[in-house]
Amino acid sequence: MTANISRRGFLKSAAAAAAVLYVGATPDGAAAAGSSDAMLNPFVKIDSDGNVIAIIKHFEKGQGPATGLSTLIAEELGVTMAQIGYEFAPSDPQVYNNLFFGPFQGTGGSTAMANSWMQYRTAGANAREMLIKAAAQAWGVDAAGLDIQEGMVTGGGQSAPLGEFVAAAAEIAPSETPRLRDQTEWKIIGNEATRRLDSPIKVNGQAKFGMDVHLPNQMVVMIKRTPQRGGVVAGFDDSAAKDVKGFIMAMPLPTKHGVAVYAENTWAAMQARAAIEVDWDMSAAETRSSQEIRDEIMAALEAAPVYNVNKADTPAISSAVDGAAQVVEKAFYFPLLAHAPMEPMNCTIEQTAEGDIVLHDGAQMPTGPHMAYQQIFGLPAEKIHIKTMLTGGSFGRRATPDADYQVEAGLAFVMTDRSRPVKLVWDREDDIRGGYYRPATGHKVRVGLDADGKIAAWEHQVAGQSIMKGTAFEAFSVKDGVDHSTVEGLADSPYVIPNMAVGLTDTEKATSVLWWRSVGHTHTAYVMEVMMDMAAKAAGRDPVEFRLAYLEGGDKDAQRKAGVLKLAAEKGNWGNPAAGNVQGIAVHKSFGSFVAEVVEVSGTPADGIQIEKVTAAVDCGIAVNPDVIRAQTEGAIGYGIGHAMRDQITLDGGAVEQSNFPDYEPLRISDIKAIETHIVASAEAPTGIGEPGTPPSAPALANAIAQLDVQVAELPMSENGVSFV
Amino acid sequence: MAISLKLNGETHTVEAEPGTPLLWVIRDELKLTGTKFGCGVASCGACTVHMDGEPVRSCQTYIEDVEGAEITTIEKMEEDKVGAAVQQAWRELDVVQCGYCQSGQIMSAVGLLRENATPTAEEVDEYMYGNACRCATYQRIRAGVLRASEILEA
Repeated sequence: MTANISRRGFLKSAAAAAAVLYVGATPDGAAAAGSSDAMLNPFVKIDSDGNVIAIIKHFEKGQGPATGLSTLIAEELGVTMAQIGYEFAPSDPQVYNNLFFGPFQGTGGSTAMANSWMQYRTAGANAREMLIKAAAQAWGVDAAGLDIQEGMVTGGGQSAPLGEFVAAAAEIAPSETPRLRDQTEWKIIGNEATRRLDSPIKVNGQAKFGMDVHLPNQMVVMIKRTPQRGGVVAGFDDSAAKDVKGFIMAMPLPTKHGVAVYAENTWAAMQARAAIEVDWDMSAAETRSSQEIRDEIMAALEAAPVYNVNKADTPAISSAVDGAAQVVEKAFYFPLLAHAPMEPMNCTIEQTAEGDIVLHDGAQMPTGPHMAYQQIFGLPAEKIHIKTMLTGGSFGRRATPDADYQVEAGLAFVMTDRSRPVKLVWDREDDIRGGYYRPATGHKVRVGLDADGKIAAWEHQVAGQSIMKGTAFEAFSVKDGVDHSTVEGLADSPYVIPNMAVGLTDTEKATSVLWWRSVGHTHTAYVMEVMMDMAAKAAGRDPVEFRLAYLEGGDKDAQRKAGVLKLAAEKGNWGNPAAGNVQGIAVHKSFGSFVAEVVEVSGTPADGIQIEKVTAAVDCGIAVNPDVIRAQTEGAIGYGIGHAMRDQITLDGGAVEQSNFPDYEPLRISDIKAIETHIVASAEAPTGIGEPGTPPSAPALANAIAQLDVQVAELPMSENGVSFV
Repeated sequence: MAISLKLNGETHTVEAEPGTPLLWVIRDELKLTGTKFGCGVASCGACTVHMDGEPVRSCQTYIEDVEGAEITTIEKMEEDKVGAAVQQAWRELDVVQCGYCQSGQIMSAVGLLRENATPTAEEVDEYMYGNACRCATYQRIRAGVLRASEILEA
């Protein structure tokens, strides 16, 4: 996984021990450096052969941090992207923590680049300055005249590969304020030609994902889980499994939520698990159906909300809506959704000869399983190690507050004699039925327009299942009872909307719910942007012009939001669709970034809609890797639109009805004919890009379809009056 | 039962029960992990390999049915003229995101280009329909196949 960039290393004596320069930070954030990794967990290491390795503190699920954080180091240090390799960081919540999460290492909320931006640049700049000081001493010249470019220290009439100065540089103290390269000097940040560092190994089968871990003598364990959440094992019969070649044993998990089935390999585990009969105690199990859940949510929207989200004078605003010249109102419903990343959940545990525990995992939040394993194994933190593997997608699924699948694997391992590694494997049915869904949510909105067609008051009520309440992350998101992740993107939208009241009522969790790519924005953007279109129509105004009236004159966020809206409209040829096509538009801010999208479709809801083109405009601050930004926008649009078109998780008597891709149908290649992404040039610090493309995608599609007289207020569209080609 | 399996030009004798999917023999017994498990029911295409040059879903291809056949996986594509062109196009256009489905995408793309060296965008969509990508890299998959066709025609 690391590129060997040595130019001259192979000419050196193999016996010579390579010196290494490690540059990073102390747990309290001070710059740190040294010649041994026993001293610190670094952000970059450089050996005397000139090999430069960026240590990536975020996991790689395809969103690009391996390339992005390497870009920051390469730029500041002065090497090309061909001269840098990467490794994933070990678990260390003090040094490798997400700076937005406190002492917690984890990836999420589109923060990988945003929180690492200064940290990794500073590390790269320090490495450069230390190498330059060492070279200046060696050459007897002023360091001010030296620079590193393409791996060569140059100046004062001399030039040499940076590796020559590694040993001496490791003796120099790093600076708290190294000089960062000015934007005008950048060659790699913002470079269109940069290609992903993980691309070569992902096209030839060499990339190793968690699912690809094969430790000597490992067992595979699969869990036969309760079909209804809350059911527990009362007893089981594994006599038929004993006929399966490769079956080892079966034992109920200590939590009793399933039976762990151990086998010599994956297929034997699958066969054995299918052969085991479990007697479930369903007395405490979920028994509701999706219809009952929907009824509860829609009823909550008819009652007064429990929480006044934005401390508004709700009775006055309600009266203002009542007294408006026109009232536009609509109720919306969003179903449970599964994440369904391509790689089903898995991880592998082994115990070393010293009694340490090693977890091999596509670990989105290493600190979660690290803490959980201290309890399960009764070990101190330093005896637990996490090796982060490449990951086949997540969309939020691998970041559970309870470290669900890693805990399951830990429990399955602790029940054995620990002489054999245990690899936990989920299959697709486990994934679709195994819980952790985008919460079911309802909105009810009443917008009052004055005689001039301007918004006079906006009354907005949300009811749904809180993601954060009752989890370890409650304090992170819940204030005064309001789980911000349920209402983000409404009252805090950059739109300058007068007299807005947002209310919230939590409803009972029907199953485990979890953040799903763009979290609350998955539904709040849909509602805001469909309502904006409905209000524009009622006012007889163009949707773009109508929105701009609530952005222009606003703060910087409003200006940036207006900027992408205008750019998408221009590039998407707004108002001039191809003959027979219609267009819809939506714009939303999420995770610090601004995205507007124009969706152009052909066909009719009755005979089938075809999405012809999506044109996106993105402002995510400085574009570190422009092509990764485009790729993430393309993917985020596909993710949002695919689920809005035809996906939902439904329950029947508490059991999930869907099971695999045939009934939780992914977006397919022919569903969207083209996507074009335009990036706004910016000098602002980078913000998120993994998620922000998702929120505007479904409402832009809905607004296009509304031109054909079908207003979709309940998803998925395929179940609510819209067919697709 | 012992089965003789010709994989990537080498003959292997594997011990497997009838009904064992080729996928698990490739991954768990022969330890070639480029071929992926995504759904197990032939609806995602992550497990696509070539059997006598034709793409098949290895999760629904049983070990007793491959005796005597030539099985080729992603690990051998660098040595294949069409495979190498597809991989080059994939790198040029940075098609991959998480990458988990991409072995299967590439094996299908090679199948298409062998059958139709100059497909249209519509033909790409039709042929690649069964290969799911949850990262939704489809736009680049489509462009990648068309670019590989150009590379091969040059």
